[in-house]
Amino acid sequence: MSEAKLGVAFFTLLRRDLMLAYRHRAQMMNPLLFFVIVVSLFPLGLDPEPELLHTIAPGVIWVAALLAAMLSLDTMFRSDFEDGSLEQLLLTPHPLPLLVLAKILAHWLVSGLPLLLLAPLLGMLLNLGSEGLLPLLATLLLGTPILSLIGSIGVALTVGLRGGGVLLSLLILPLFIPVLIFAAAAVGNAEAGIDITGQLAFLGSLLAAAFALAPLATAAALRISLN
Amino acid sequence: MSIIPNWLHRLSSPKNFYRFAGTASNWCGWIALVLIIAGLYYGLIDSPPDYQQGDSARIMYVHVPAAWMSMFVYVVMASSAAVGMIWRIKASSAFANASAPVGAMFTALALLTGMLWGKPMWGTYWVWDARLTSELILLFLYLGYMALNSAIEDRETAARATAILALVGVVNIPIIHYSVEWWNTLHQGATVTKLDKPSIHISMLIPLLLMAFAFKFYYLSNVFRRARCELLERERGKAWVRELVGGEKGE
Amino acid sequence: MNEEARIEAVGLAMSRNDRYIFTDLNFSLEAGQILQVEGHNGSGKTTMLRILCGLTLPTDGEIRWCGENIRKNLAEFHAQLAYVGHAPGIKDDLTPLENLELARNMDRARPGVSGEEVLERLQLPAFCDDVPCRNLSAGQRRRVALGRLLMLDAQLWVLDEPFTALDPSGRRLVEELLSEHAKAGGMAVMTTHHAVNLDGCPVERLQLGT
Repeated sequence: MSEAKLGVAFFTLLRRDLMLAYRHRAQMMNPLLFFVIVVSLFPLGLDPEPELLHTIAPGVIWVAALLAAMLSLDTMFRSDFEDGSLEQLLLTPHPLPLLVLAKILAHWLVSGLPLLLLAPLLGMLLNLGSEGLLPLLATLLLGTPILSLIGSIGVALTVGLRGGGVLLSLLILPLFIPVLIFAAAAVGNAEAGIDITGQLAFLGSLLAAAFALAPLATAAALRISLN
Repeated sequence: MSIIPNWLHRLSSPKNFYRFAGTASNWCGWIALVLIIAGLYYGLIDSPPDYQQGDSARIMYVHVPAAWMSMFVYVVMASSAAVGMIWRIKASSAFANASAPVGAMFTALALLTGMLWGKPMWGTYWVWDARLTSELILLFLYLGYMALNSAIEDRETAARATAILALVGVVNIPIIHYSVEWWNTLHQGATVTKLDKPSIHISMLIPLLLMAFAFKFYYLSNVFRRARCELLERERGKAWVRELVGGEKGE
Repeated sequence: MNEEARIEAVGLAMSRNDRYIFTDLNFSLEAGQILQVEGHNGSGKTTMLRILCGLTLPTDGEIRWCGENIRKNLAEFHAQLAYVGHAPGIKDDLTPLENLELARNMDRARPGVSGEEVLERLQLPAFCDDVPCRNLSAGQRRRVALGRLLMLDAQLWVLDEPFTALDPSGRRLVEELLSEHAKAGGMAVMTTHHAVNLDGCPVERLQLGT
């Protein structure tokens, strides 16, 4: 009788999700394009005056990041739900929160991390300036995993429902607000020369709390959705 | 479970809860009416106008208790939803679902009165001050709860899903509050944007507390009534409901 | 396989949308036994299987594995369980072999069995090996889904309409798998409309929705 190994299962799931994303890499690009397009709308809707753009850049980039995260979150459990793979996950002897963590990690690597790669481009579009770029990357690095973690709870709650993406946004966007506030403020403050360690520390502790608690809530929500 | 008193345990049966809630709703309703009249009298007529804001500050007698209620109801909603989920007590879940629209109403009331208060003070109806912004986000949380509730067809599943959402919300509310407060101090404009009650005086405290209690009783009265309706619907196949509704012999 | 193993449903009742689908359902199954659950559409067969697996929470009653409520140690119960439901539970973007390896790595693997051997047993034509499952027919996909039963070391099989979409040779394959499983001391609960012919293996029947 062999033992089912958690480590093997975790990395198998992670690898599987990354592989599936890669086989659909065209679809992977969509939220990223959305990210860029949304950011581009602001200069078009407002005045492309460099000073103005410089002021609104941190907030706009972060709001766009939130929206892009919302778009990509929907895919986290949907395909697994539809083909029955999700219930198979619930039937393994492994703790569901840890398997969920593997999926969240895969999701972040595919949808969150690329936002960081796009950040310099967007900084250029909005005249962010060089002092703002590193703080922006730091906040994205800390903040996007939080979005994936908290977002996964909402996705798990709505995965079988008709309301779909819009309902998810209603549920999750209010919960994203603390991340938005601290991340955007951190970038703005950094540009003004103010020390932002406090804000980064807050984001870090949010990340730690989300990392510890969100998978539990998501696992519970999945069991409910698959009842 | 021996820590739960017997009367509370009996209340968990939908039939008993229905009856209790009926009487309780009526009593609470009358008490609320009396308290509101008393509170409004003391607040609008008998108490002194604020030395700084004059009579317009009187709106705080509605605004402040409404804001307190919006928070209080969310916590009660989350707790009763959790109890309903963990111990599978329909009456508790019904209580939670009934609390959501009432809580949303108090939040909206707080927002509205905040806006009415703001107009004479700052010249505009809406300012992004910490209190109003927090209340707005809280309204979104309530509406999200109600949206999720209506999106799930099976009532038992809905009860559990909304319980998770409410618990996640309860954990996040302090974080959101803190974030909004911090954000507000960052962007303190030229106008003073504190909607807190001005220096509190005993003659102001009494109407405030009267209104607070009035709202609590109103909340109970309203929620008991709504919860009864939901329980009636959820238990529609049971004998006690059929007897109640018309004495038709079911097949 | 544990010869003393048994699965029991005790006082099961389930309501959906506040209406009862079934009440006071009881049965038990021991090692080497197969249970066929029958009933008209809507009698709750699928729901009952999901309750058996621990996916759905019953309104009343409990499921016991080896005498103990499965809720007490769901992980241990799941280590002994293999479920093939309505949905195939395989990824359409992966090849059959990748799907089988996936199933094996996520759960308790049957020792000494390789993905290739299982694929051969499933009698899939050769071209299927390198092709993502979305390019296979429904019957071929179901064979891959059933492959999980051979990859995993599970004593209890729970199968929801396993014969769906299968041609006669596919149906014979499932019957063979079931007989072998029972003879080796395993047990299975399945729903099906088809008459099941397992050589030498008695099949208990349970009727839902009477």
